[in-house]
Amino acid sequence: MSAISSASTAMAKTSVTPGQLPLSTGVHDERWRAPQPFALPAIKAVGDCALLVEFGKHLTADVGARVLQLDDALTRERIPGVIEAIVAYATLLVIFDPVAIRYEHLRERLSELVSAPGRRHRSTRRFRVPVAYGDAFGLDIEDAAARLGMTQSDLISAHAGAEYTIAMFGFLPGFAYLTGLPSHIALPRRATPRARIFSGSIAIGGAQTAIGSIEGPSGWNVIGRTPLRTFDAARFPASIFEPGDEIRFEAIPVDCFDDLAARANAGEVLAERIA
Amino acid sequence: MTALEIATCGPLTTIQDCGRIGLSRMGLPAAGAMDQRALRIANALVGNPAGEAVIELAFAGLVGRAIGGDIEMAVAGALADITCETRKEVTHQSFVLRDGETLRIGPLITGAFAVVAIAGGIAVPPMLGSRSLDLRAGIGGLDGRALRPGDRLPLNGSRVPFLSRWSAAVPLDRDAPIRIVLGPQDDAFTERGLQTLIDRPYVVSNAVSRMAYRLDGPPIERRPGVEILSDGTLPGSIQVPPDGQPIVLMADRQTIGGYPKIGTVISADLGRLAQRRPGEEVRFAMVSAHEAREIAAQVKLSEVEIQFGKYPAKSARAEQPMFDAARIGNVADAVVDASDSATWEIPQRPLWMLTSGTR
Repeated sequence: MSAISSASTAMAKTSVTPGQLPLSTGVHDERWRAPQPFALPAIKAVGDCALLVEFGKHLTADVGARVLQLDDALTRERIPGVIEAIVAYATLLVIFDPVAIRYEHLRERLSELVSAPGRRHRSTRRFRVPVAYGDAFGLDIEDAAARLGMTQSDLISAHAGAEYTIAMFGFLPGFAYLTGLPSHIALPRRATPRARIFSGSIAIGGAQTAIGSIEGPSGWNVIGRTPLRTFDAARFPASIFEPGDEIRFEAIPVDCFDDLAARANAGEVLAERIA
Repeated sequence: MTALEIATCGPLTTIQDCGRIGLSRMGLPAAGAMDQRALRIANALVGNPAGEAVIELAFAGLVGRAIGGDIEMAVAGALADITCETRKEVTHQSFVLRDGETLRIGPLITGAFAVVAIAGGIAVPPMLGSRSLDLRAGIGGLDGRALRPGDRLPLNGSRVPFLSRWSAAVPLDRDAPIRIVLGPQDDAFTERGLQTLIDRPYVVSNAVSRMAYRLDGPPIERRPGVEILSDGTLPGSIQVPPDGQPIVLMADRQTIGGYPKIGTVISADLGRLAQRRPGEEVRFAMVSAHEAREIAAQVKLSEVEIQFGKYPAKSARAEQPMFDAARIGNVADAVVDASDSATWEIPQRPLWMLTSGTR
């Protein structure tokens, strides 16, 4: 079980002060903060169509769990006028139709939901994701291992040995930001971004790791590639994963990649659900 | 099947509708027409549902030919010279392109985006609930790409005969300020930074796309040392990167952003911002979240009125228009006092316009 979900279980029982995870965006990796007391989130208007529920300014296990709890409660409540919610590290952006529901009213409903935090209704889903590490699939792995002062195989086992939680999707369709990267393999982004990384790239950027979705430029350190298609508009549901899902990576022999990729392109979902 | 064969078009000629709603949490932008009001007006003029898919033109015009039948259509949004074979047509008024005739829409004159609505809609399959092209994900539109010369765009065709021309009331609010609500990260900026955004004029830079508009102007001062965690964005989010030049996210936005967002353009004004061309001025005006909501409610009301023909736009086809005023000819000639930005080009103002005050 990942640190985030254990924190969420712990919170449901007692109001413990949660421990912190070494997680943040690359720009402020060093900005750790002391644990903060349980506080009600700030709810801010975002234009006329959204409210931002901000659980904290910094990502902790507790904050991540509370974002997912509210997202879950909102899904369950089906408040008329609410269109959707964008889960991020420490915030939930609730998008609504300003004519169908007044924002004062929605703000009140959200306050109620966050002040009575229950367990997540939906049980956490866990998936195993195949990854071809290194070789042509992880162009930066040699450099990354050298910068971390470890061998490639140690880096691979450290990365594949950890449990991750999907903190959010974005900025591209199906691009999954994962929390849970072991701190000893955290690695600043590349000085020079690559102009093009493959879809399905598995990369380390600061204290986070990610599953790439669409081909594009990136400054993250690419260490492997999954044949999985996290997002496929022709499939239902289009996205395999949801925010809050737990992920384990499983190293596969690099020569299996093409075969698996062909199966993924034919519509097969290669992520194995393990819980 | 009736089709529109594209002879020439600009590089960013796409199919768009009211957008792909509900998948932002998965990283998918809503996409959709850059000027949603133009979308609704054009569709109303040809009797379509308000959110039906249209052809969106960006800056450039389009030349196309009707194949296999007559096509009833209307252009809305940015103004352009329009001819059907030899007949002159105008923006914001429906017309028919006869089978075999050539439609010529010139480069857009005012504004950046125009939409071409076609009665009965465009026969491309919806993907994830929308026909809008999402360029980065390569979904929607015609085969997941922009239109190009040689394409034959399949049309559903209209099931009702063309009875009469319809014209739309179009607000003359092109130069009015773009209204924003401050936040959610206005606390990342100094008092002076906030004043700069509200008081000083900005100019639309050349870096404009369906994803974002970058503005040039006095840099907005940030509080030192403030960094934010990436969070969700909206179309209209005004991000300010370290250089202080604001970037307004548009229909094809990234769904998560890591720069502080000083404010958010209200939904009623985002299409108006989209119509500003590079080099044109943008001024922002601040409204409260409460005022923004009231404006959204007014816009909703005006949409209902567009649909039900209280403006001289078509409501139900094959019905008598509700007023004679609904049959006015050339709206482009019926320009009223442009000094009042709340004035609409209509002979009779609906009641709500009289009570809503000026802005």
